[in-house]
Order: sequence, then C-alpha cells, then structure tokens
Amino acid sequence: MASVKDMRTRIGSVKSTQKITKALQMVAAAKLRRSQQAAESARPYAERMTKVIANLAAGVSGPSAPLLLAGTGKDQRHLVVVVTSDRGLAGGFNSGIVRLAREHIAALLGQGKDVKIITVGRKARDQLRRNFSARFVATYEVGLKAPNLELAKPIAEKLLELYLSGEYDVVTLVSSKYKSVVTQTPTARRLIPAVVETKAAGPAPFYEYEPDEETILAALLPQNITVQILSALLENQAGFFAAQMTAMDNATRNAGDLINTLTIKMNRTRQAQITKELIEIISGASAL
Amino acid sequence: MADKISFELVSPERLLLSEEADMVTLPGAEGDMGVMAGHMPLVTTLRPGVIDVKGGSQSDRRYFVLRGFAEVNPTKLTVLAEEAIPMAQVDAAVLDQRIRDAEEDILQAKTEGIRAKAVETANSLKAMRAGL
Repeated sequence: MASVKDMRTRIGSVKSTQKITKALQMVAAAKLRRSQQAAESARPYAERMTKVIANLAAGVSGPSAPLLLAGTGKDQRHLVVVVTSDRGLAGGFNSGIVRLAREHIAALLGQGKDVKIITVGRKARDQLRRNFSARFVATYEVGLKAPNLELAKPIAEKLLELYLSGEYDVVTLVSSKYKSVVTQTPTARRLIPAVVETKAAGPAPFYEYEPDEETILAALLPQNITVQILSALLENQAGFFAAQMTAMDNATRNAGDLINTLTIKMNRTRQAQITKELIEIISGASAL
Repeated sequence: MADKISFELVSPERLLLSEEADMVTLPGAEGDMGVMAGHMPLVTTLRPGVIDVKGGSQSDRRYFVLRGFAEVNPTKLTVLAEEAIPMAQVDAAVLDQRIRDAEEDILQAKTEGIRAKAVETANSLKAMRAGL
C-alpha cells in the first residue's frame, strides 16, 4: 500500500497538471472568440463569390468552359488536400479530420484511382505519414499567426499550378466545418472542378459582362480556390480552439475528481495509521 | 434625390462597408464607371484604383482597391475586392511598395497571361502614383 507521503506527492503532481489544463482552457476560450469572428467575417465574401460563379457558370458551358470549372472530364487522378491544425491537445479534433481523410483515400484507392496528398498543418502530416508518405506532394504548416491570405495564397497557387499542368483530374479538400462551440464536423468537398449550385428559383438575372464572361470566369475561379482554402483554414482554426477548450475543460474536471479521490484515500490511510498506533499504545499500557 | 443603391464592399477577410449611397464610382476593367440605382445588371472585373462612395449614410468615402470584381444590379452593388484600403491610409510609400511588388511579379511571371496581368497592375499603380 502506498504511503501517505507517496500519495501527497501524487496529489501535488495532479494539481500542477490541473493548473496547466485550466490555463490552456482559458487561453483557448479567449482565442476562440477572435477566430470565430474571423471565420464569420470571411463568410460574406465566399458566399457572394459562389453566387456570382453560379450565375456565370449557367451561361458558360460546353467545350469553351474553363478547365477549373469543367474539369478534365476524367475521374482517375485525385489530389486530396487535408487541413488540420499544427498543435494537439484538442481532443479528437485532428484525429477526426485525419480519419475522414483516410476513409476517403481508402475508398478512392479501392476504386483503383491514383491518389496524391497535400497536407496543411503539422498534425495531418504526422498522422498520415505512416501510411501514405509516398503519396505526399507537398506539406504546409499553419504557423502561430491567425490564418490570412498570405497563408492561403501559396497553397492555392501550388494547387492551380499542379492542376493546370494536367496532373490531376479532381481536387478534394478535407477540413473541419465549424458549426458551433460543441460541434465541428470533418467534411470533404470537391474543390476542382468547381461545384456549382443549381438554383431552383427562376431564371438567372441577365447580366452584362465586362470585359466578357470567359475573362471574368478565368479571373474568378483561381480567386475562388484561394478563398475556399482561406475559409477552410479559418473554420479549422475556430474549430480547433473550440475543441481544445472543451477537451481542456474535461481534463480540468477529471483532474479535480482525481484529486478528490486521492485526498480521501490519503486521509483514510493516515487515520488507519493513527488508529493502529493508538491501539498499540493502549494495549501496551494495559499489559503493564 | 433618386433612390439610393445599397453598396457592399467585401474583402476576403471581412465585410468592410455596407451602406446606402447615391453613387459609387468604380475603376472598371474597361474604364471608370459611376453606378447609381437602376443600373443595368453587370459583372465586371476591376483594375487597381479608387472606389468613390458619394452620398452614403456617412460622409463621402474613398477606398483603394487592388483588383477584384463588382456585381451590379438595379438595387444593389457588391464589390469583391482582393484587397481594399481606406484612402486615408494610402500614401506614396504604400503605392511605391505595391509598384515594387508588381514589378517583382513581372520578373517572376511564369506564363504570358500572368505577366500581362502584372504589367497591367504596375501601370495602373504608376498612374495613380503620378496623380497623387
């Protein structure tokens, strides 16, 4: 049986762990608010962009459609972009994204497709490296700063370069969608060829295009990729902090429970020892 | 005064401005244009230049935009700018920096299309710099 001193040390160490998780929880909560705001304020742009592209795409179709919109017409060579965070301590946040990515890749491989991977975030790289390192094309890190255009642009440019050189047919983006503080769902969506929502509501308004539809689409589609990546990064960041906050809250609570149990056990042991000593003294006295 | 047009200026990172205005002047790809309520539906790309908002709910405002595009319909004007800075924060130093960036892009351009774009950007920026 552990001695009282051992238990006291153990309680001390759990207490300092609790302090750390508590601090991390508060940091995550503070950062969550900011990144949530960033994710929300980036939404209008992405939404308008999608709407305009949908309008344009309705008018441009057939063989003249740009590559980024129509795709190569094949479905053989896939490029999967997996976006996670750099750091852990956020419960199942990163594992969830990586699991979805793995399933997605496995499904594609099962259909006999070629799959290559780009990872964004250290966790995606580390967790996928074991099985798929031969399929890596490029890896990126998120860094400590809040995601911004400077971060999204190089990734988008690399994607475009790869796609336009004709090496891939389909590009998919796997990242976490931020729904609320308690729910973040990993999602996979197609990035290229662009997904165009077909609107049910009436005919699209007639627009005049300046210079012309093709030129505008050619300028818009690459920009759309950048924006999609940026919004994935922002949502990921917000989701990461939310998940971290929840995970650290749980950890703090567990540490508290552990401390309580240990304290009770320690008190019992100490009391048992005192009682034992008393009995020894009394029986010693009565023997005289 | 005629009806106002609702104007929104959005950059990838946030919504910069959303208000009712009498007229908004845009640096369109094929020349500047003034947009008022009742304008015909139009989508255009923008070159680097100045957006001028007249008769908004607040005093007149000017923004410097670096590329982007605008969607116009009779009641609403949406500008999606790649980057937008209030004119008050733009001075010669900022423009010089942009011109240098654009010139670097020209040198590094891999395809003719990208090069042409960068040259165009640099030219518009220089014109602005000269007019400052």
